[in-house]
Amino acid sequence: MIALSDFLILSAILFSLSIAGIFINRKNIIILLMCVELMLLAVNINFIAFSHFLGDTVGQVFVFFILTVAAAEAAIGLAILIVVFRNRRTIDVEELNTLNG
Amino acid sequence: MTFELFLFYVFSAALLYAATMVITQRNSVHSALFLVLAFCCAAGVWLLAEAEFLAIVLILVYVGAVMVLFLFVVMMLDVDQASDRAGYMKYAPVGVLIAVVLAIELMLVVGPGNFGLDKFASPIPHAADYSNTKELGRVLYTVYMYPFELAAVILLVAIIAAIGLTLRKRPQTRYQDPAKQVQVKAADRVRIVKMATEKKWS
Amino acid sequence: METVYLTIVIAPLIGAIFAGLFRNQIGRVGAHWAAILGVAISCALSFFVLKSFIYDGMLTYNETVYTWMVTDGLRFEIGFLVDKLTAVMLVVVTFVSLMVHIYTIGYMADDDGYQRFFSYIALFTFSMLMLVMANNFLQLFFGWEAVGLVSYLLIGFYFKKETAIFANMKAFLVNRVGDFGFILGIAAIAMYFDSLDYAEVFAAAPQLADTQIHIFGDETWSLMTVICILLFIGAMGKSAQMPLHVWLPDSMEGPTPISALIHAATMVTAGIFMVARMSPLFEFSETALSFVLVIGATTAFFTGLIGIVQNDIKRVVAYSTLSQLGYMTVALGVSAYSAGIFHLMTHAFFKALLFLAAGSVIMGMHHDQDIRNMGGLKKYMPITYWTSLLGTLALIGFPGFSGFFSKDAIIEAVRYSTIAGSSYAYFMVVAGVFVTALYSFRMFFLVFHGEGPRDKHAIAHLHESPKVIIWPLILLAIPSVIIGYITVGPMLFGDWFNGVIFVLPEHDTVARVGESFHGPFGFILHGILGLPFILAMSGLFVAWFIYVKNPSIADVIKSRFEVIYNLLDKKYGIDELYQYLFADGSRGIGKVLWTLGDKTIIDGMIVNGSAKAVELLSGVVRHVQTGYIYHYAFAMIMGLLVMLTLFVNF
Repeated sequence: MIALSDFLILSAILFSLSIAGIFINRKNIIILLMCVELMLLAVNINFIAFSHFLGDTVGQVFVFFILTVAAAEAAIGLAILIVVFRNRRTIDVEELNTLNG
Repeated sequence: MTFELFLFYVFSAALLYAATMVITQRNSVHSALFLVLAFCCAAGVWLLAEAEFLAIVLILVYVGAVMVLFLFVVMMLDVDQASDRAGYMKYAPVGVLIAVVLAIELMLVVGPGNFGLDKFASPIPHAADYSNTKELGRVLYTVYMYPFELAAVILLVAIIAAIGLTLRKRPQTRYQDPAKQVQVKAADRVRIVKMATEKKWS
Repeated sequence: METVYLTIVIAPLIGAIFAGLFRNQIGRVGAHWAAILGVAISCALSFFVLKSFIYDGMLTYNETVYTWMVTDGLRFEIGFLVDKLTAVMLVVVTFVSLMVHIYTIGYMADDDGYQRFFSYIALFTFSMLMLVMANNFLQLFFGWEAVGLVSYLLIGFYFKKETAIFANMKAFLVNRVGDFGFILGIAAIAMYFDSLDYAEVFAAAPQLADTQIHIFGDETWSLMTVICILLFIGAMGKSAQMPLHVWLPDSMEGPTPISALIHAATMVTAGIFMVARMSPLFEFSETALSFVLVIGATTAFFTGLIGIVQNDIKRVVAYSTLSQLGYMTVALGVSAYSAGIFHLMTHAFFKALLFLAAGSVIMGMHHDQDIRNMGGLKKYMPITYWTSLLGTLALIGFPGFSGFFSKDAIIEAVRYSTIAGSSYAYFMVVAGVFVTALYSFRMFFLVFHGEGPRDKHAIAHLHESPKVIIWPLILLAIPSVIIGYITVGPMLFGDWFNGVIFVLPEHDTVARVGESFHGPFGFILHGILGLPFILAMSGLFVAWFIYVKNPSIADVIKSRFEVIYNLLDKKYGIDELYQYLFADGSRGIGKVLWTLGDKTIIDGMIVNGSAKAVELLSGVVRHVQTGYIYHYAFAMIMGLLVMLTLFVNF
């Protein structure tokens, strides 16, 4: 039988991988956004696992809302990305430092 | 090892492989495609956890909409692929180190010691006529009615925001202006010219 | 009677408002009519009140007119206490004020501030009446401060004159010192008596007579002594007792009618009146009485000495006022309150007369106030001369004149007193009689006798003053001469002040004097045989000898006793001492606090320093804000990691 810890370890590894992804990718914002999506996926796996093992549907409702918000976030994030690219002709993270102090 | 566990390992392995590929691929298009694979595997895992509706939604919404959007953007933007390689390995060690430490710490917390089968017994599977969709819908449309509507508003706002951010007027492009079109009067279109009647050709 | 009392107080206020606020509408004549009418109504009603007390046997009136507020049992009220003491003060104040009002028409005729002046003096009359008619300490304090304010305004009446501004600032600041003690005294009364009403406080005084309080540390103080000395410090400021006397001579910068009304007859005697009113408190503290006595005696003698060397006609009279105020204070110190009030009354008349006569002389001399430039004015200004002579005789206590009765009564009372300091005081007041006669007649002879003015141009313009000036002089000269004779019997030795002024039997020096009193004429006879009379006559003679008979002696004496002359001319250096110690000292402290405390520490270190520190720190910290997303992400993730490690129990 699948244990709850299996799901949780899976999501932990997935979360760590996406964090590593944020560190490794210094050039491309799109991949950063993808890493964020992966993180959310890891979180969702946790919710679903707990929902399953505790027999409570509310966890799934939560995932539902997270999906909604994540979709909205992706849409706006990409829109911002397009605007940035349009103005700077690049999406290189290392060149986007106009906010420095 | 039961069949379920086998399936779980297969999906998990595929999911982790896909995730690793997402973060290591140079080409954004490849990354996006691997992300699609990751979502599909995740959907499989969710099916094993009896979250059938969400698994389908994940594929429909994410793979079908969000990832297509990603691909669309990646392809639309003219990203210089060659420059992506530079300095790639410079940060890899520290990233991997942090990820490994984090993974170990998380696993220590969520490992079998705290969440094993002896602590959380595997739930009895639902009967064949049980509908996850129906159950989720029941909760969503009763108890979580207002949050649900709020979510809808958030999506609307996201649509407007995305359009508002990216919309721009190009001077050389010709637009229709419906407001002006409906206000137009006959006099603006047709000019009636008074002139002397032509003499009958003789 | 309430209507009458209200009218007495309000009429001058209305006059002041009309003369002040509508000065452009009603003009100069309207202004002086408004003010004079107001004061005249007050004066007439005051005489009516006095008459009711004397002939109709009217009882003391003590009622609250208006309750301002009540907090925690303490009532703040406006009320009138009209007893025989008040009645005397009412008559003195309103009569002198009326005389001064009339006199002002002539004196200020050419002044631009005519209406303003009338507004001020009418306002002063109102304030002074509020003070004397108060039945509680709050109203007393109101009147006290209001007269101080008007005094300040009037000393600085010629506000374009540098010295006038200096003088009114000085008066204001010195009075602040006194008022600080005064309000502390009132606060102590409110604290321990839990009431501000005279009657309640006086009734409770005997029970609290032996109360001891702690002020600093463990030392115990007698409550009554503390309260009385604090109140008397207020009186010292207002009545210009040493060492707070320095403002009064400088206040002569104001117009002369003011010097007569405020700085001789009424306001400066407010302190005397207040102490007499507080006799039920002062009687329970011998320490305070001794303090009062010593201060008064010192003032009476030493300020008189300064008067001898002054050359400004008004300053001589001012120092004379100081000296006479000292006499009144001495009377208070030996519990002869009635004698003090008696002298207050006679002094108000003859000193106002002297000041107004001095003003008349000043007008004749075209605002030259130096008595060395005068002389021989007798033939040019006969009425001024004669009224001045009467005033001067009253001042030196010539037998039969009003000043004689009051001053002799005081001296006799001091002689019978047994409290600490009374022998010193006796010596001072007796010696003071000689000094008084000397400076008074020195001035009198220098002004009216001898050769004519040195400036021949001045002679051409010398003439007697107009009627509005002469009449007040005459009207004031009458009481200066006779008031003492009429009132000495009932006021001092009769039962006039029974129930108003409280004196413990063992302090009752006036009664001791009264044992040998057999009518005013007997008093005169007794006085002629006494030491004070001889001293006064010798003072008169010395003045005559030096300044009329043989004028060259004056300069010889001056050069022979140069040290003493300079000491007196410099007024014992008290002005300079205050100037250096308090004025320059506090300015110096202020400057140090300003440069060191304000500029260096507060501005430099705290205000600008904190800004600079923020700038410095942010200059360092801002390098953390690189603008790179992955730096922020790195920080977040490291934070997450650390938190996880710290808070999660594996």
